[in-house]
Amino acid sequence: MYTQALNARDTEAGAVEDADRVAAFQARVDAEEKIEPNDWMPEGYRKTLVRQISQHAHSEIVGMLPEGNWISRAPTLKRKAALLAKVQDEGGHGLYLYSAAETLGVSREELTEQLLSGKAKYSSIFNYPTLTWADIGAIGWLVDGAAIMNQIPLCRCSFGPYSRAMIRVCKEESFHQRQGYELLLEMVRSSKEQKEMVQDALNRWWWPSLMMFGPSDTDSKHSAQSMAWKIKRFTNDELRQKFIDATVPQAHYLGLTIPDDKLAFNEESGHWEFGEIDWDEFMRVVAGNGPCNRERLAARNKAHADGAWVREAALAYSQKRADRREAARHAAE
Amino acid sequence: MTSDLFTYTLRLADDAAILGQRLGEWCGHAPTLEEDIGLANVALDHIGQARNLYSYAGEVEGAGRDEDQLCFLRKEREFGNCLLVEQQNGDFAQTIARQLFFSAFMLPFWRKLTGSTDETLAAIAAKAEKEAAYHLRHSGEWTIRLGDGTAESRARMQDAIDLLWPYTGELFEADGVVERLVAEGVAVDPETLRDEWRATLARVCDEATLPLPPEGWMQSGGRSGRHSESFGHLLSEMQYMQRAYPGMRW
Repeated sequence: MYTQALNARDTEAGAVEDADRVAAFQARVDAEEKIEPNDWMPEGYRKTLVRQISQHAHSEIVGMLPEGNWISRAPTLKRKAALLAKVQDEGGHGLYLYSAAETLGVSREELTEQLLSGKAKYSSIFNYPTLTWADIGAIGWLVDGAAIMNQIPLCRCSFGPYSRAMIRVCKEESFHQRQGYELLLEMVRSSKEQKEMVQDALNRWWWPSLMMFGPSDTDSKHSAQSMAWKIKRFTNDELRQKFIDATVPQAHYLGLTIPDDKLAFNEESGHWEFGEIDWDEFMRVVAGNGPCNRERLAARNKAHADGAWVREAALAYSQKRADRREAARHAAE
Repeated sequence: MTSDLFTYTLRLADDAAILGQRLGEWCGHAPTLEEDIGLANVALDHIGQARNLYSYAGEVEGAGRDEDQLCFLRKEREFGNCLLVEQQNGDFAQTIARQLFFSAFMLPFWRKLTGSTDETLAAIAAKAEKEAAYHLRHSGEWTIRLGDGTAESRARMQDAIDLLWPYTGELFEADGVVERLVAEGVAVDPETLRDEWRATLARVCDEATLPLPPEGWMQSGGRSGRHSESFGHLLSEMQYMQRAYPGMRW
């Protein structure tokens, strides 16, 4: 689904790198050339990308849980199929992104280990619970909507494999977003009770969705280097504003109220002004104290532990097959 | 005639819907990411088949019930799925064994149903046959990997086969509904599929180094609405929204 802007970078390695190589690398980036896995790159660039891409992959994987929570209870067969397909897409994005990260010299196993141990971060939005069916629509509309805002610029990311992954992922996310919005539209039109359910979902998901863009620019220390490397194209606040401007009219079309007293359209700037985000809540949830942090990690750890014997069996079988082929080859010689 | 066709189509729809429901429970909890995707895919195929079959059953019935009313607003005793598909996921081996037994039957079943005198069933069968071939390949390959993998996986796969074996007899049951429709050229006589089913299982289990259980005593009851205790729980979860919010559009 999406990585939130938590991406710190590692600068310490840069100090010992050859200045000419660094300059040549930067010139390629400035010329909008794509950097490919076998090209030379500064260590900080590599580490920043590994962290960002793996956080993104982890977010896809953990993001399967809150939505998966409603697969068994979807209200119609059509919705059940759409939700299953969507969650399946998220798994596909995770696979795709782990593969992109692997081109930078880390294995999926290492990255999975980091997720399971709690060392790696994933998007904090998935630490909130899906309490009603309307939450499934709200996730598609708001969470995938915010993800698209972030990911469209990533299609032009300087690192080739990430950029190409994003092009494909964005197409699917865009479908998810429309699917979520359409689901909510059907609900608000069907009955008052359902409309209230949708409003309640918006009330709970609005602020966490805005937090997905990461800390405010004044507090985001790492944006500048990522921008210079063209990993990032817009600042957190720019993307957040774009999202709000696009989403407020959509909420009004649904007949919903955005849960923000300070929300007002500024005729002069052409933007929606909004209230203060509760950054304490953001930091608290990122630090592990959200409604579902422990549950999510426990679920991933359980799936991994329960499946260990299956993965071991698959490895053992493939080793046996290889041994048999080898033995047959020897016998034939 | 209408009522037989309705019952027959509904049973097929229930098989697909209930297996799809069970498989969907894996999503996000599978042993590998590839299996999260793979099992979701198999689930989706079954949900798709269920939608087509329920819609057709509703049409045949002519009482204005659509796919969702048939799936979400009938009670335990009205469901005619076989007991095999409703069995709980258990460990991965049990899910695989359930799928292997079912798909090894459904592949020749759908193939034969493409020749049905009922055009709609024949069309649904043509699509489902391709899907069943994939499901059989997927579950067959995993049966072999697990059977011929580690000592633990072999023991688990064997346990799963032994546990679910008594639910396979029902696949071959034919009551009056089936017999009358077979005579009309609408339905498939399940007995004609037994040899292929056994040959498929023998081939897979032989490669998996797993002995198949002897025929023995078989469970029965699903087709006449006598289900497992766990089935009511499956329905209460699956039907929750339609029961809690009756008559709404989603």
